[in-house]
Amino acid sequence: MSEVLLSAKGLRLAFGGVKAADGIDLDVLDGEFLAIIGPNGAGKTTFINMTTGYLKPQGGEIHFAGERILGLSPRAIVRRGIARSFQLPQLFTEHTVLENAAMAVAAREGFFSALKPLLRPAWREEAMDLLARFGLTAIAGTRADALNEGARKLADIAMAVALRPRLLLMDEPTSGVAASEKMEIVERLATVLRDARVTAVFVEHDMEVVGRFADRVAVWSQGRIAALGQPERILNDPDVRREVIGIETGGRHAAA
Amino acid sequence: MNSRTEAFLAALLALAVLAAASTTPWLVFVLTLALAKGIAVLGILLLLRAGQVSFGHALFVAFSAYTVAFLAPKLGDATLLLPIGALFAGVLGLLVGLFVVRYREIFFGMLNLALSMVFYSLLEKLYTITKGTDGIRVPAATFLGRTLDRHGYEWALLLTALALAILCAVFARFYLASPMGQALSGIKTREARLEFMGVSARRVLLSAYVISAVMAGMSGALIAMTSRHVTPHLGYWTASGELVFIAILGGAGGVIGPFLGAIVFELVRVYAAASFADAWQLILGVVLLLVILFARGGLWGMVLKLCGRRA
Ligand SMILES: Nc1ncnc2c1ncn2[C@@H]1O[C@H](COP(=O)(O)OP(=O)(O)OP(=O)(O)O)[C@@H](O)[C@H]1O
Ligand SMILES: [Mg+2]
Repeated sequence: MSEVLLSAKGLRLAFGGVKAADGIDLDVLDGEFLAIIGPNGAGKTTFINMTTGYLKPQGGEIHFAGERILGLSPRAIVRRGIARSFQLPQLFTEHTVLENAAMAVAAREGFFSALKPLLRPAWREEAMDLLARFGLTAIAGTRADALNEGARKLADIAMAVALRPRLLLMDEPTSGVAASEKMEIVERLATVLRDARVTAVFVEHDMEVVGRFADRVAVWSQGRIAALGQPERILNDPDVRREVIGIETGGRHAAA
Repeated sequence: MNSRTEAFLAALLALAVLAAASTTPWLVFVLTLALAKGIAVLGILLLLRAGQVSFGHALFVAFSAYTVAFLAPKLGDATLLLPIGALFAGVLGLLVGLFVVRYREIFFGMLNLALSMVFYSLLEKLYTITKGTDGIRVPAATFLGRTLDRHGYEWALLLTALALAILCAVFARFYLASPMGQALSGIKTREARLEFMGVSARRVLLSAYVISAVMAGMSGALIAMTSRHVTPHLGYWTASGELVFIAILGGAGGVIGPFLGAIVFELVRVYAAASFADAWQLILGVVLLLVILFARGGLWGMVLKLCGRRA
């Protein structure tokens, strides 16, 4: 539990004048669920983008399981065991949910292998099993472009889980999920991840979700980590409450 | 559409081709060319699945046709010329593909066009090798060592084209159902996701590109042996455009579409040229307009509708 799985040191990245990462130091421990909170534009997604090789930081280092992964392509990083889901779900919109899941299974098992169909019995079974664990069985045959936001979010995460990563980075897994279903869905997700022994980092705006599922919380603010620690401590910190949670809940409620 | 119905319709189409060819001898030549073009169009269809339109695939048709023209005097057998033509086109497809699969959409289309035009100019300008616009005559090939009379030769080519068409269609159907084929539409809808799953979108597209080049190569070899005369025009941009036109006319929703499209295209052309010589372009334009406006799925889409199902 205490071993460092992902280590980021001094990550820097600016877009013009905007410092999206201004010296990020973070160790993610093997087996933990780490929540990232912070206001819009704080650089949370940027951190995920740098860790997955989508953006190259202008300074700093990233190691995963002892290996330097900075500068590797997204593909190379996925193969080393880091998968991600997206703030805006990235599904294959001409395919059904089942086919989307099966694509992820195929990606893991060897895409370039044979002329056998994507929905070969073994992969279909695994994909259906995965969808069942996410409660998506009923919409397995629905085309991805016909789903509501919550279902798209879940399907997106299911695809990342299908890759069997060691580390899963989730960008706002519950945004777009109806409030009434949120806890049930997160509960389900946490079970899936614990069963698969996946370490998880998730960006989250819902403090109830954070309090319930995070082992540790990192507070992002203007490209820096403003605070890091146990949820009880962080979520009750007056500064954090004022600067992050206050703005957040206010902003979110106004938007909703 | 399930595979049984599709196989049945394919068999129906094949029988119609054979029936038409036996009752109307001069159609043997026309239908062979149509099937040959259909094979090249099938390759275009694979790329269309990825949302990419090549306006230069006549390059591979012409490359293979000239390969056959050069080798025919020495290796006179169809069973050698066909695979060699396809192989050469495939190798060229790999080389060109390594370059063009880095680009998408208009850039992909135009790069293909540009390369095909370079090759066209070479065919035209290198007179000492290619005989320029005069082209090269292709001696009649033998089939498994046997020299056939004219009637036998034409039928042997028609049957070869039909067999290859069926082979390629069956292959394409399996390919499109496989992860690689399914990922083609993934390139169109969500290419970044493929990369984040650890799959190289470029490799997915490259494999389809090479397959499409091999298909164009088979097509070119058949055309060279059928028409017995190759000219640079085989690689001209209008020839590439014709392949795209047929793909849209036939419909990209299924592997029979390209052949349906090619057969209708060639028949209309022959009859139109005979009846109203100058109206051919006009007919083409109007048909394309009608398909785009009212029948996006092309002829194959209409067949599906008639069968009571939508693709
Ligand atoms: N590719 C990019 N090009 C230019 N600016 C960018 C890019 N990506 C992010 N930014 C900027 O960097 C800052 C941090 O963005 P980021 O998306 O990481 O924020 P975030 O914390 O994920 O916010 P949110 O809660 O809204 O998702 C923002 O000001 C954003 O506009
Ligand atoms: Mg974000």
